[in-house]
Amino acid sequence: MTELCASNMSVMAGDTPLIENVSFDLKPGELVALLGPNGAGKSTALRAALGLQKMSSGKTTLAGDPTQTLSPLARARRIAYLPQARPLAWPNRVKDIVALGRFSHGAAMGDLKGGDKLAVDTALTACGITHLSGRQADTLSGGELARVHLARAIAAKAPLLIADEPVASLDPRHQFRVMDLIKGYVKGGGGVLVVLHDVSLAAKYADRIIFMKEGRVVLGGSPEETLSAKSLADIYGVKARVDGRSVTIDGAL
Amino acid sequence: MTSERWLNVALLAASIAALIGACFLGSTSMGPERVIAAILGQGSTGDSLVIWQIRLPRAIAAFIVGGALGVSGAALQGLLRNPLAEPGVLGVSSAAVLGATISLYYGLTALSPWALPIAAIIGALIATAIIALAAIRTQSVVTLILIGVGLSSFAGAAMSLLMNFAPNPFSLSDMINWMLGSVSNRSFSEIGFAAPFMAAGLTILFAWRRGLSALTLGEESASGLGVNLKHQRIAIVLGAGLATGAAVSLAGAIGFVGIVAPHMVRPLVRHDPARSLLPSLLLAGLFLVLADIGVRLLPTQSELKLGVVAAIFGAPAFIWIAMQRGRRHD
Repeated sequence: MTELCASNMSVMAGDTPLIENVSFDLKPGELVALLGPNGAGKSTALRAALGLQKMSSGKTTLAGDPTQTLSPLARARRIAYLPQARPLAWPNRVKDIVALGRFSHGAAMGDLKGGDKLAVDTALTACGITHLSGRQADTLSGGELARVHLARAIAAKAPLLIADEPVASLDPRHQFRVMDLIKGYVKGGGGVLVVLHDVSLAAKYADRIIFMKEGRVVLGGSPEETLSAKSLADIYGVKARVDGRSVTIDGAL
Repeated sequence: MTSERWLNVALLAASIAALIGACFLGSTSMGPERVIAAILGQGSTGDSLVIWQIRLPRAIAAFIVGGALGVSGAALQGLLRNPLAEPGVLGVSSAAVLGATISLYYGLTALSPWALPIAAIIGALIATAIIALAAIRTQSVVTLILIGVGLSSFAGAAMSLLMNFAPNPFSLSDMINWMLGSVSNRSFSEIGFAAPFMAAGLTILFAWRRGLSALTLGEESASGLGVNLKHQRIAIVLGAGLATGAAVSLAGAIGFVGIVAPHMVRPLVRHDPARSLLPSLLLAGLFLVLADIGVRLLPTQSELKLGVVAAIFGAPAFIWIAMQRGRRHD
């Protein structure tokens, strides 16, 4: 089983620690939400776990192999990554962008064959963007573009997926659509670690929640275990009401 | 056949036609049958000499110089994700010219025929490496272009310094010829000294082209997709430096073909940087062959320099592309 294990990761920027002793794991078949205020070190932790960020200490393994020693292509075949910033340099067609998801399998952008073509078509269908496949990406709305990027990550058919704020700046309907797609990926046997800012969205979808604050993991477990008025007050400084998986935030403390 | 394959076949056919067409021009007028016979090696000794020693080397030099600059431009644009990147704009060509001029000034060219190409390539590699280092630190297109302007100005100042100290008018005019850029009087042996470096550069660029497609999504996503960013950068810098340096060693500074050709080709290959390399090579090569034919046809008193003509048409195109870009981004 492809399992991502990150243990005791620390990352320094000069003398300032960005994250300290962060540990988490991710298995296929679970949807884990990584939550925390801005600047908590969520993105840094993801990048370190992927081996994209140099660590001052700690260890990460992917299916038992140290992530740092895996070749970038081998790593990409085991874990897909959807970063927070998703700039597009050229006005490529949707289909070609999704085809880049097959990069780690050796596919080229314009000329897809066999399994690569099938994976791209399946991802386009799953994300409901088949009708957009010939469109240039610079003509899409934010919601459409978010699904294109997700389709790109899904097309990789990696056992694991890390998505950094995939629903950022989307309207509520598109937030649910994207989260439904991620849920579908998990139902299909994938494991997803997703960074979210919306606590109630995380409460609704996640199997497990990890809370980070000031560079450390402060809380982890099922939504029922981790979500409470007190934990949200401690972590976010907000006044909240929690009833099982339903969270209502009333305001700042 | 896919549309891009048609594009490549059409560009190749046009390039061959232009290369043959270039053989018709010159002070000795020859009819088509004499030119064709000479190309096929069946003409008179005189005709063969004119075609194989003068006209064909010149046309081929124009083609490969254009091709090398076109591919370098397309690859640098892919790496820096910026349609304005080009060896000339980024100061790589000027640095190569400076390298070549230094080897001329110090008489290194008398020691070995390899001295000039190697000096030009070293100059090009230094400049490309500086640009690539800067590109790691900044995402800003404007900053990169400004660094290119700085590099060009520095290379220009160093050139002026060398011209100031030129020992005699002959070496001065030699240097000026390098600055202006020309393919007249090139021989197959000169092409032979530049060709290995050019071939090495182009091989590297083509071998690493797939990573350029992934860079479309930005560096973070590209590394997530499995691109080794460090190796990718080094490969493109090395490939573009070798190809540009070799091109400059053959023809001096010829600007802007590396920006115009990829720009025209890009929409035809659905904006895929990887697939833009080959048609950029062919189109830029074709451009220079045609421009060189134009240079020879123009009834000017002394022949215009190819680099001057390329800049007269290329610089406005650069400004136009920059203005188009300003409308959409930044």
